[in-house]
Amino acid sequence: METLNQAWQLLVSFDAALMQIVGLSLRVSVSATLIAAIIGIPLGAALAIWSFPLRGVLVVMSTTMMALPPVVVGLAVYLLLSRAGPLGELGLLFTPTAMIIAQSILITPIILALTREAVLPLKREYETLLISIDAGALLKLRTLIWDARYGIMTAWLAGFGRALAEVGAVIIVGGNINGLTRVMTTTIALETSKGNLELAMALGLILLLIAIAINGSIHALGQFGRRYEVTR
Amino acid sequence: MDRKLRLTGAEFHAQGARLFGPVDLSLETSGITVILGANGAGKSLFLALAHGIILPTKGRVNWQDQPAAETRHTRGYVFQNTPILRRSVAGNIALPLAARRFTKEKKAQLLANALSMSKLQDQAHAPAATLSGGERQRLALARAMVTEPEVLFLDEPAANLDPAFAIDLEQSLRNISSGGTKILMATHDLPQAQRLADDVIFFERGQVVEQAPAAAFFKDAKSEAAQRYLGGQL
Repeated sequence: METLNQAWQLLVSFDAALMQIVGLSLRVSVSATLIAAIIGIPLGAALAIWSFPLRGVLVVMSTTMMALPPVVVGLAVYLLLSRAGPLGELGLLFTPTAMIIAQSILITPIILALTREAVLPLKREYETLLISIDAGALLKLRTLIWDARYGIMTAWLAGFGRALAEVGAVIIVGGNINGLTRVMTTTIALETSKGNLELAMALGLILLLIAIAINGSIHALGQFGRRYEVTR
Repeated sequence: MDRKLRLTGAEFHAQGARLFGPVDLSLETSGITVILGANGAGKSLFLALAHGIILPTKGRVNWQDQPAAETRHTRGYVFQNTPILRRSVAGNIALPLAARRFTKEKKAQLLANALSMSKLQDQAHAPAATLSGGERQRLALARAMVTEPEVLFLDEPAANLDPAFAIDLEQSLRNISSGGTKILMATHDLPQAQRLADDVIFFERGQVVEQAPAAAFFKDAKSEAAQRYLGGQL
């Protein structure tokens, strides 16, 4: 109870160290989700709209990568960015940039696969209409992405939630350096093992609140999107 | 202007089976042509081929000596189960304009015309899903007409409509026709066909059995198949 109280004090006093950690967490995960959305949304929609060689392979790959353990992604990015690795000269290992790269790789398949699932039923419904108006490839893509927007925003939020909550990838490529690459999850892991429970609990509470906000938004989006759904 | 439709040995196959044709046919460019025939006779396939939505497996489907699929944008299509986009009424009607290179002003003008023609101005910004069945049919017609096409196709447009809406639709089609747009419509509703048709094409098993002016067809169909069809329905 005493620990919980101290955790609460840290929260309401906007403790500088705490805020720095929360800020970095949000910066890394928002950036990663934006990059993942830029790649994943058009690609996911394209996978739903067009059939091309290797489409099946791409679909299986993206769904498999959804279940990829973050530590494996972390390891792969570590090898890529480490001194001896192919991109070692960039000196990105143990920087927030490395963390953004790792999380982007982790989340892109999620946004891609969920976008594809949101677009697929609409594509079947709209297909002949789009042919009849002589819609080009870009108009098809635009129309279907826009009409699947609530499903796609849900995909984006799901990706963001996963990025914010994962530990494995960021701890490997970020190194959990105090004041530089320490985010909420890695701090919780470290502080708990040190027995410093106040900070860990305060961060845990924030993560919980963010998770509630994300899932509330997903629910609200679903409700709002239903206004546009046709019932016959 | 010559906007003649001509099918030459046109066939459509799916999964190895011939579902349509071979059909040789030419069609004048004014008035309302009603496509009749039992379920599965090939009415919808004919409309889709003539519009250019699907390509013939064999033979040619040409408008003015150009393959139909190359001039799709000059024709509008109202589907039997019209897809309603997840956006506003105006957003639905404006969709075909996005595929065309008109100026912004021209697009706004065409959209305003289509909204007022379909009497949907008041609902322009509401989600299209909130429309009633009859209003959705008006939306589908407005969307097909928004680019001011030369030819309008309708596949059983009145199938799910109350009689009052069907009458309303017929009046709209007459107005469109007298405005110079050629209409091709498939229907099961013989009284409606009699009220609207200038000429009739009757299909059976993917073949054209009879093509005749409406008055002659309904009074005195030549083919046995058409006589059976009319007899069974009236």
